[in-house]
This record gives sequence, structure tokens and C-alpha cells, in this order.
Amino acid sequence: MKHARIRWHIVVFLAPAVLVYTAVMIFPLFNTLRLALYTRIEQERVFVGLENFRTLFFDPIWAEQFWNALGNNFWFFLIHMLVQNPIGVALAAILSHPRLRFAALYRSAIFIPTILSFVVVGFAWKLILSPIWGIAPSMMEAVGLGALFRPWLGLEGSALTTLALVSVWQFVGIPMMLIYAALLTIPEEILEAGEVDGVTGMAAFWKIKLPLILPSIGIISILTFVGNFNAFDLIYAAQGALAGPDFSTDILGTFMYRTFFGFQLQLGDPHMGSAIAGAMFAIILVGVCIYLFGIQTRLRRYQL
Amino acid sequence: MNQARSNPLNIALMHGALVLYTLIALFPVFVILINSFKDRRSIFREPLALPDSESFSTIGYETVMRQGDFFLYFQNSMIVTVGSLFFILLFGAMAAYALSEYRFRGNMLMGLYLALGIMIPIRIGTVAILEMMVATGLVNTLWALILVYTAQGLPLAVFILGEFMRQVSDDLKNAGRIDGLSEYTIFFRLVLPLVRPAMATVAVFNMIPIWNDLWFPLILAPAEETKTLTLGSQVFIGQFVTDWNAVLSALSMAILPVLVLYAIFSRQLIRGITSGAVK
Repeated sequence: MKHARIRWHIVVFLAPAVLVYTAVMIFPLFNTLRLALYTRIEQERVFVGLENFRTLFFDPIWAEQFWNALGNNFWFFLIHMLVQNPIGVALAAILSHPRLRFAALYRSAIFIPTILSFVVVGFAWKLILSPIWGIAPSMMEAVGLGALFRPWLGLEGSALTTLALVSVWQFVGIPMMLIYAALLTIPEEILEAGEVDGVTGMAAFWKIKLPLILPSIGIISILTFVGNFNAFDLIYAAQGALAGPDFSTDILGTFMYRTFFGFQLQLGDPHMGSAIAGAMFAIILVGVCIYLFGIQTRLRRYQL
Repeated sequence: MNQARSNPLNIALMHGALVLYTLIALFPVFVILINSFKDRRSIFREPLALPDSESFSTIGYETVMRQGDFFLYFQNSMIVTVGSLFFILLFGAMAAYALSEYRFRGNMLMGLYLALGIMIPIRIGTVAILEMMVATGLVNTLWALILVYTAQGLPLAVFILGEFMRQVSDDLKNAGRIDGLSEYTIFFRLVLPLVRPAMATVAVFNMIPIWNDLWFPLILAPAEETKTLTLGSQVFIGQFVTDWNAVLSALSMAILPVLVLYAIFSRQLIRGITSGAVK
């Protein structure tokens, strides 16, 4: 073993990526977790241990906001899992049908909302659902449901669900594409073998295709989880930093932004902001670990 | 083909479902675009009608052009997106080559270290990133955004490019070595051209999230001269919220560049996703 020779080209190839990644991503991540253990008292940075987290979880004013944001975030995630992913799977199942014409056209069109920015999506839906403009109410009237219209984004009870559905509308293209890709890898012989045994149509989907695409559904679930618990833009674009009405659409991302930068009369507090970031990090880490060790290893993978 | 799978009634139902969903997906974009070309009265009276000679008006676009510096915003977005993609691809390909080509101690660990960032969102570190950018004087510069997006894009880029570089034939590289080419020449002249399709996939995956991001422009570069198109339209719409013509035109101007990019790259994007690059 030639011990002393350093192969400099390896260092040169690795250095830029490792440096940028370490300096701008990994180091700030840990530095943020460190900052969560400090507070500012009269311009001095003072180490307070886990005090910020105690404030966040138990202080009546902070805890109410934190648990509200966390609960809203779980609801936001739940709507995505229950609506976005089933619709995505259904669209992919239809699109992967071998005899379907124009599949590429449908696929490209349905993916368009996914490429739009949150600002566009947030405002576009805000305008469409607005009682002032009246597109949604007049369309509902046209099908005889006019009496059911409500200014959904302005009501505490429905604003969060409405925004979650808008987000579903935007991102349904991603599960659709990934499941579509997974369905295409299923060999024709397996489906034909099923047909010989009389398994066709819907039965073929439930009994043959669905078990084979479960790993992809697992990946989509964890992507949805990470994306939702780090969401911010759509709520900010549609409802502003106060996540109105009355914080009913507040999620961890908007809560962290408000805490970090301050709003109205409250001053920004980077240390409490870091504590919220720490809580988000822990939640995402737990989610990823549950997926990696609890779900992914247990899913049965079939050799195709 | 068996009859149950090509039953005309089933096919019609499938087209029905797809057409319905396509309408739902495109309707809001369509409504915004057509109304941006109408005068205020027609926007409210007939929101679903196409603009005709009577209702046609570009007053909204005139306001946007007069009041907002959309060319500057567009230019900033271009610089940030293209700059970030350049560094993601260059640094990502170099690191992927080092990890896939050479055996050295710590190779596995380095690969795992770089892969950590695939699942952990960079936004968690925002507080410290802002502090660092303030300390280094990079706040309110486009470099701050380029650095952040480069760091954010590298983990997945190294992962995807590494998978492809493992498929480049060893004979080719060894032939180069026998001819006396340096490791750098082998990488830039022989390997990079061969992984161009994978680089295109990585570029397309990163392009749209960078272009559309609101969080980092809002926090790291909110100054007027460094606003990106996404942040610029957000602020503009916030200020002109009662001027419907201006709001609709600003929204349309934010939609159009992305639609053009999508029209150019959609095939690459869809091929990238469906070829299993993200599995």
C-alpha cells in the first residue's frame, strides 16, 4: 500500500461540492440547532439550554400557537395523503392503459399546475374563490348548487382545508408521474398471466398492479410528508404571514417565519425561530426514520 | 388483445375522466390569462368570456410595466437560476465522478454524507444561513441565492449523476490513461459528454423549484434590485391588490416564462421522471 501519496485529483474533484454543501447547508443546519439553545438578554447572547423549547411547548402563549400550527400541519398532510395521492394513482392507472390515445397530451396538461409558482397558484385561486369576482359562485349556480357557495378562504372552519385542496390541485402531477413510471415497468406477461386466470380490469389493478407499485407509493408518501412539514409559500402567498383568518391556516413554516422576522408589534426572535426550526427538523427526521426503518424495509419487493 | 382491456365503453369513460381532470387543471390558468386582456368592466361582467374587440384592453400590462420593474426581476431570476444550475452541474458532476470512479478511504462515508441532504430541507437552517450571509455581506446579493440553491441541489445531483457515471465504460477511460491524458482531461473530455442526458435531467429537476422559490428571495434578497420574478410579483400584487387589471396581468407575466420553459423542456422532464431517475 503506497501510504503517503495523496491523489490530489480526487481532492480537487470533491472539494467544491463538499465545501459549498458543508458551508451553506450542513453547518447552518447545526448552527441553527445550536442557536435554539441561546437567548438574547440586553444585546448579549446567553446560553439557556432547553429553555426555548420549554417556552415553545408549555408557555401558554407560545404553546397555543405551536400546537395550533402543528395540528394544522398534520391536517394539511392528511388531506394530501387522502386526496392527492389517490387521485394521482387513479390518473396514472388510467394513463398507463396500453390502448389509450393522447396519453402524452393529458400527462403534460395535468402536470402544468405543478410548474407554476405558489404566488400564482395562491392568488389565482384566491381570485377564483372570491365572492367579489364571482366565478366560483356563478359556476356553482349554473349547476344548481349556488346556495352551497361560501367564501371558503375567509372562514376559519374551511380556510385550511381549502388551501390544502389548492395545494393538492397544484401537486397531483408528481404522484401521477411517479406511479405512471412504476406502472410502466410492470411486464406485460404478468398482466397476461392474470388475464388467463380471469383477473382483468379493476381486479387486475387491485390484485396485481397495486401490490407491485406499493414501494413507489411509499416514496411518494415520504416526499409528501417532508414537503408538507416544510411548506410555507402557498399559505404566505394566499393568506399572508398572519395565516388568517385568526391563525386558522398557520402551519410550522409560517409560524417560524413570523417568529423569526416578527410581525406587527412583536419583534423578531431568531432564537425562538431556531427552536421552531429544531422542532421541524425533529418531526421530519422522525418521519424519514419511520419510512426508512419501519415501512421501506417491510414492503415486499417483487423481482420483475 | 383481450376484450376486457379494450372495451370501447371503458375507453370512453377513461377519456371522460381525463378530460374532466385536465379541465380542472387548466381552468384557473385559462381564466387568469384571458381576463388579463380585458378591461375592468368585462372582467367582472363576463369573467369566462374570451376578450373580444370591445372588451380587449392591455391597461393591466401598462400598469405593470410602469409600476414594477419586471424586466429586472426577470433578469434576476434568470441569473439566479442559470448560475445555480451551472454550479450544481459542474460541482455535482465532479463530486459524482470522484465517488464513482476512484476507490479511496472514506468513499462510502462521503457518499452518505452528501446524500443526507436529499431528505433534509435546507430551509431548516434558514436562521443561521441569514446570519452567515449578513456576516459575509452577501445579503441582498444574487450570490446568496445562488449559493443556497447550489447547496440545496447538490445532494440529488451527485446521487443521480453518480448512478450514470458508473455506466461509462472503464475501457474508454483506461484508453485515455494509456494515451497519457490527465484525470481532469478524462473527466471533462471523455466522461462529461457521455453523461449529458443525465445532466439535462438534473437541470430540469432543479430549474422549476429554483425559479419558483419564494422563501429564500424573501429572506436573503428582498431588496428592490435583487428581487426575483416570484418575489417581485408577490410584492407587486400585494400593493396593487384592488387593481384587478394589474393583478391579473402580473400573474400572467409570472405564468408565461414558466409555460415557455415547460414547453421547451417538458419532454426532458417527463422522460427524467419516468426513467426512474428519482427512484
